[in-house]
Amino acid sequence: MTRPPRSHPLWLAFVLHRLSGLALALFLPAHFWVLSMALTQPQRLDSFLEFAENPMVKLAEFGLVFLLSVHIFGGLRLLALEFLPWSNKQKSLAAGAVGLSLFVSGTFFLQAI
Amino acid sequence: MEQAEQTHLEVTVRRGDADGGKDEVFRVPAHDNQTILDVVSWIQQYSDPTLTYRFACRVGMCGSCAMMVNGEPRWTCRTHVNKVLDGNKLHIAPLRNLPVIKDLAVDMDPFFDKWVEAEGKHHPTKTRDDPIEQINPESAERSEANAGIECINCSVCYAACDTVAGNPDYLGPAALQRAWTLFNDAKNEDKQTILDAVSGTSGCHNCHSMGSCTHYCPNDLNPMAAVAGLKRETAKSFFRRRKNA
Repeated sequence: MTRPPRSHPLWLAFVLHRLSGLALALFLPAHFWVLSMALTQPQRLDSFLEFAENPMVKLAEFGLVFLLSVHIFGGLRLLALEFLPWSNKQKSLAAGAVGLSLFVSGTFFLQAI
Repeated sequence: MEQAEQTHLEVTVRRGDADGGKDEVFRVPAHDNQTILDVVSWIQQYSDPTLTYRFACRVGMCGSCAMMVNGEPRWTCRTHVNKVLDGNKLHIAPLRNLPVIKDLAVDMDPFFDKWVEAEGKHHPTKTRDDPIEQINPESAERSEANAGIECINCSVCYAACDTVAGNPDYLGPAALQRAWTLFNDAKNEDKQTILDAVSGTSGCHNCHSMGSCTHYCPNDLNPMAAVAGLKRETAKSFFRRRKNA
């Protein structure tokens, strides 16, 4: 069968942008639910915050920060692509967005542990 | 390459029509210099004369012979077997995103109809009685128009595009690139007609900038940049109209 032609850098950047957006959309309701505990169940929130000190949770937060920043920088690249004069450096810009996101999330992780 | 030692290629060809099809395997003699089109022609001439395919110029100018080769859209007359061989295997199938007529020949009508739908046709500024307009080849506008004029209508970009696969009404990279070329052509008037034609539900704003069109274009053109140009100009025109309303 004809396989869709994929696995080149900008297609992967597209997938990363979509999946990070989807993951963040799923994360946000959970995030707001936990925040709402500050008003409704302060004790439960405290025990959750204690649980969040766990290194494995910090690792998950590292992933979350990566998703957030890769979605922001990837989105900025797309906005620039569509609204600024054309640049041929799209692959480098997409790679730069991933690199910058790893830097941001890595810095967060080193601060957090 | 190992291919020099191999005497035969194992070539799987997708046979069938609009109602479906099946793969058929052929053994084709291997040569040092051999294109995918040579392989397909050998099968048709020496193995199975009922194999249907399409070609004309054999030198990468006419855009007739594009097919899916090992899953990727390619112009078969300029694709060396050595470049795409997987072991000694090849898989050849009709272009993606277009209806199959028979075997490797697809119906290109939807592809060309969309060129017209995108206003990818000339809207003259003058009549034959007017003197010929002088165009500065160095101007930014002309450079932008020149960037896309070498398109050979092979439909490789159209077959590569996942957005076309997901939305059969989407005009596709080639038609939009043509519209962008004409938009930048000083000898083409009625630019707003082009912008209106490309900004509807099937227009340029469907594009997700995956870049498969640019990645696979055999002539190294950049339809993704052309589509981005149309997005920019349609957005500008939208805000201009709101301001003037």
